This record gives sequence, C-alpha cells and structure tokens, in this order.
Amino acid sequence: MSAHLPPDVDREGAAEREARLAAYWRANVRLVAQLLAIWFAVSYGFGILLVDQLNAVRIPGTGFKLGFWFAQQGSIYVFVLLIFVYVRRMNRLDARFEVGE
Amino acid sequence: MSAEAWTYVFVGATFALYVFIAARTRAGSTGEFYVAGGGVPPLANGLATAADWMSAASFISMAGIISFAGYDGSVYLMGWTGGYVLLALLLAPYLRKFGRFTVPDFIGDRYYSKTARIVAVIAAIFVSFTYVGGQMRGVGIVFSRFLEVPVEIGVVIGMGVVFVYAVLGGMKGITYTQVAQYCVLIFAFMVPAIFISLQVAGTPIPQIGFGGTEAGGSTFLLDKLDGLHRELGFHLYTEGTKSTLEVFCITLALMVGTAGLPHVIIRFYTVPRVRDARASAGWALLFIAILYTTAPAVAVFARTNLIESVAGKPYDERPEWVKKWETAQLIEFDDANGDGLVQYVGPNAVDASGAPIENELIVDRDIMVLANPEIAGLPPWVVGLVAAGGLAAALSTAAGLLLVVSTSISHDLLKKTFKPGITERQELWAARIAAAAGVGIAGLLGIYPPGFVGEVVAFAFGLAAASFFPAIVMGIFSRRMNREGAIAGLVAGLAFTASYIVWFKFVVDEPYDVPANHLFGISPVGIGAVGMLINFVVAFVVSRFTPPPPAEVQELVSSIRTPGGAGEAHEISVS
Repeated sequence: MSAHLPPDVDREGAAEREARLAAYWRANVRLVAQLLAIWFAVSYGFGILLVDQLNAVRIPGTGFKLGFWFAQQGSIYVFVLLIFVYVRRMNRLDARFEVGE
Repeated sequence: MSAEAWTYVFVGATFALYVFIAARTRAGSTGEFYVAGGGVPPLANGLATAADWMSAASFISMAGIISFAGYDGSVYLMGWTGGYVLLALLLAPYLRKFGRFTVPDFIGDRYYSKTARIVAVIAAIFVSFTYVGGQMRGVGIVFSRFLEVPVEIGVVIGMGVVFVYAVLGGMKGITYTQVAQYCVLIFAFMVPAIFISLQVAGTPIPQIGFGGTEAGGSTFLLDKLDGLHRELGFHLYTEGTKSTLEVFCITLALMVGTAGLPHVIIRFYTVPRVRDARASAGWALLFIAILYTTAPAVAVFARTNLIESVAGKPYDERPEWVKKWETAQLIEFDDANGDGLVQYVGPNAVDASGAPIENELIVDRDIMVLANPEIAGLPPWVVGLVAAGGLAAALSTAAGLLLVVSTSISHDLLKKTFKPGITERQELWAARIAAAAGVGIAGLLGIYPPGFVGEVVAFAFGLAAASFFPAIVMGIFSRRMNREGAIAGLVAGLAFTASYIVWFKFVVDEPYDVPANHLFGISPVGIGAVGMLINFVVAFVVSRFTPPPPAEVQELVSSIRTPGGAGEAHEISVS
C-alpha cells in the first residue's frame, strides 16, 4: 500500500503526521461510539430495559411481541450488520487518513 | 438402515475427514503452531472462529435451555453474540496489529510487567480447562447415547482425534479442521430445524416459522405456547421470571466474557492484515448467527411438541422416544396421584378446586436438541447427522482451548518467563508436549467430571469478563493506563468475582443461592459484570496516583492504533 501514497505524504512533517494520526484516532473512536450506542439500544434497550413496553406491540402479521423479538432475533441481526458497517467505514477511514496496510 | 448404523457412518466419515485434514497441515514452526503462520484468509478464519466458539453447550444445550426458560433464555442469545461486536470494535484489530502469539503477550508487554503476564497466564489456563472438561464430557455423552459405547471409550476416541490434529498440526491443523467442523455442525443443526419448521409451521425458514401460525391453523405458535404454559401453570413463555437487573447483568457478563475469552481472541492473530481481523469478526458472527437465530425457533417447536405429546396423556401410551430417554434416565416419571396420566405441570398449577397439582414428569433440558428428530419423527439418518454435529461442536472447541493451554505453557511461561534461552525447535516441542498433556487432563476431566461442571461455566465467563476484557481495552484506549493501575484492577476484579462465585457455588448450601441473598439480586452467573466495573474503576483510580507508563510503551499504544506497518509508527514517535 505505501507504494501508492501520494507524493506529498513523503514531504509531510512530523507534526502534521502526528496531527493526521490523532484525527484518524478521533474519527475511529467516534465511529465506535456511534455503533456501540446502537449495539446497546437494540439489546439492553429494546431487549431488556424496555421489553415490557415493546411487548405491547406486535410485529404485524406475526406472533412476535416486539420486545421478545428483539431479545431473541432482532438484536442478533443488528449485531451482524454493525460489524460489517464497521468494516466498511474503517476501510474508508484507513484510506482517507492514509494509514492502511 | 437404523439410526445407529447411520450414526456410525456419519461419525466415522467426519472423523476420517478431520484426521485427513490434520495429516495435510502439519505445523513446522512455532509461528505455524501458534498462529497458523498468520496467513489464514478472513472468510476461513470466520468459519473457524464460529466452530471454535460454538461448543457442545451451543449445539446441544442452548436450544433446550431456551425451550424451558422462554424469554429468560435470551441472555444466552444476546450474550454469546453481542460479545463479537465488542471483539470487532474494541479488541481484534488492535491485537492483530500488536501481532504476537498470545493474550498474556499483550498484557505482559503493554503493562511492562512479568507479574501481569503470569496473572494473565494463570487466568487463561484456568478459563480454558474449566471449559474443555465440559467439551470432553459432551463427546462422551454423544457416544454413549447414540452408539451405546461406554462414556469412557467415547472420551478416549475423542481424545485420540483431537490429539492427532491439535498436537501435530497446532493452530494450522486446528484452523482447517474447524472450517470442516463448522460445515458439519451447521448442516446437522439446520437440517432437523428446517424439517421441523416445515412440519410445525409450514415454512422451511425456522426464524420466520416460529413467529407464524401453526401449519394448517390460524393460531400463532407463540400464542399457543403461552396458552399451554398458562394452562399448565408455567410462567408465560414470552415473558421472563428474572429481574431486569439480573437479565441485564448476565447478558453483560456473557458478552464481555465472550470478548475476553483467550481461545477466541487468538483466532484473530491468524489473519494477514488488520482489515482482515475486522472482516473475520463479521464473518464469524454471521456464521454464528445462523445457529443462534435458529435455536430460539427450535426451542419453541420442541417445547410445543413436548407438551402436546406427553401432557395429560396416559403413561402406558407414551411415545417410543420417551421410553428411550427414560432408559438413559434423562426423562423420569413418577405417577404421584396414581391416575396413570402424565401430569406435566409448572409450579403455579392448580386443579378445579384450587389445590396445587404435583408435577410427575422431569425432562432433562439437554435432550431437547438430541431428541428433537425422534420427537418430530424424522428419518433415521437425521439422528446420525445430529450426533456427528454434536461431536464436531465439542471437538472444535476443545482443540481451540487446548491450543491456548499449550501456548500459555510453552510460549508465555517457558520462552517469555522462565527459560528465554530455548530454541524455536525446543519451544515447538514444548508446545506439543503441553498440548498432549492437556488432551490427557481434558480426557480425565471428561471421564471423571467434577460435580460442578455447570457452575464452572459461570466461572469461565465471569473471570474473563473481570480480567482480560478491561485490561486489554484500557491497554488500547488509554495511553495513560500503567502497570500499577492494570495490576490493581486485575487483582480487584478477579478477587471480587472469584470470591463471590466460590461463596455461592462452593461454600454455602444450595438453598442459600437465591436472589434474596445475592448482592442487588445479581446471581453468580452475572456477577462478572460487576467485577468488570470494579476492575475499570480501581485501575483508573490507581493509575492517576502512580507514574505514567514509559515512553516506549506509549509508543506501542500509538502504533497499535493505526493499521499501517509498525516501522512507520515508530518513526513518528521519534519527534
């Protein structure tokens, strides 16, 4: 990968480089925080803390009470999606901040 | 052909396959033995991780537990999948960048401390052995029930197979065997599930089927099951009996424990690049989710089938499968009121006059998956397939755990601590001998199981949650976290969690282990969540009052935060 870095990267000073890596890390932490907020909401939120309230609602056309469904199905589907979204977004961040392998 | 003959065919064929793969993937260096040479493609690593993770408990026990616990069983579904999100987002990419062989490697280097490394080694070995005994027991049980060979012989055969590919092949052999084992176990789990879904709900997709109506009827299956439960005096299937805090803590302890289990973490050392570590966590969870979203459907079908085929029926007309499991003493009937009918009722059951009804039937939870094909009247080859699947699940997990034990001894204890002078060849032999000894001990644990196999699972997750997870996360996300803080946190978290579990599981009598006596009503299974919090808080406070880590450790933290080559990162920190 490093062979494809644009020429200006080679001229980048140590201070700029440090700033670039710090910005990458901040973007990384922000992304992780957003995804973990969703992770918390679908499992601990919908599946546990709010389960009784959500159970008053049914998924139309099925026997699933909504809270029960999140606890036994929905949260797991969202978990899988979250990781693949993370993979995509991180690959883009790696490219944008030129820190990839 | 009989079910037994089919079982011989499937078990024999899959075992031959595992040994064949092992023979073609022998490890020639410590790098190959510990991390499969670091060249495993992400998709293959995802498959291997899924098999590594899904044990006899996931395959045999989980659907059965949910079947009896209903909503309360959700803690296992969310807990054992949600941990992968933590693993993917907080641990795997950074540990891959760090790029050594074991979890204690990271703890030891990051916290510049032999003490921390040794604490981590002891925790890793303890966690792995508690787990592996259960797997070998699972192997023995499958052999004894399906092939009618004694448990001991079953365990010895299982040990022989694991010996061949774990001791000779190391991580390289284990990885490709686990890929095959995933295929066997998922096929074996899905085939009966699809059959039963078609039968009960009229759709081949179990995940949809259990939310639908019964085949040819208009009642939703879940409503029907709730109705049966109410009628028989059980709690409602779709509602829980545990307190919200308890469900919260157990789920958290299982999730965080999952993310901290060394045999799962080391799988992410085997891929070539950081981006592959991220991707393989996604693949792993996708493959795990196939089984984990099917299990609650199987639970509902099996529960309905069970109640309908036994509750209130004459005992003399009981189905053939009931008789078979009675012989194995996993179903027990005692006609308390002498009416010849099976009173299968819950704790709230009352008769017309309001007097309580006594339950007369005890059904072991573990038989639900194993007996499912027979309950649903599926063809005999499905029974053989399920047996091979259960063995694949148990063996793949056992091998991954044994690898952790052997690398902990040869790499962390010998090479990195007590005998740094040994050559690579000697280290490889030490790893093989440690793996062989591990297989032997695991087999003994399987043949002579300590009476507390169920309890130690709480131990494994609780300890992983209270120790590895916080120590690794702080090591990556806090540059300021130092040796003193991390060790204080580890010791506080481990001591609290271990003493709480030991107190309730081994010191006091069982009737005392009830919510009223627990701290805030949190049972020993969920206490790891509290242990984790204690670890974080103690580590944070202690680190503020002690010197920051040396410059080279802070550089190490900077370097693991970016995927690019280690050399590049070092250059920056020179400024």
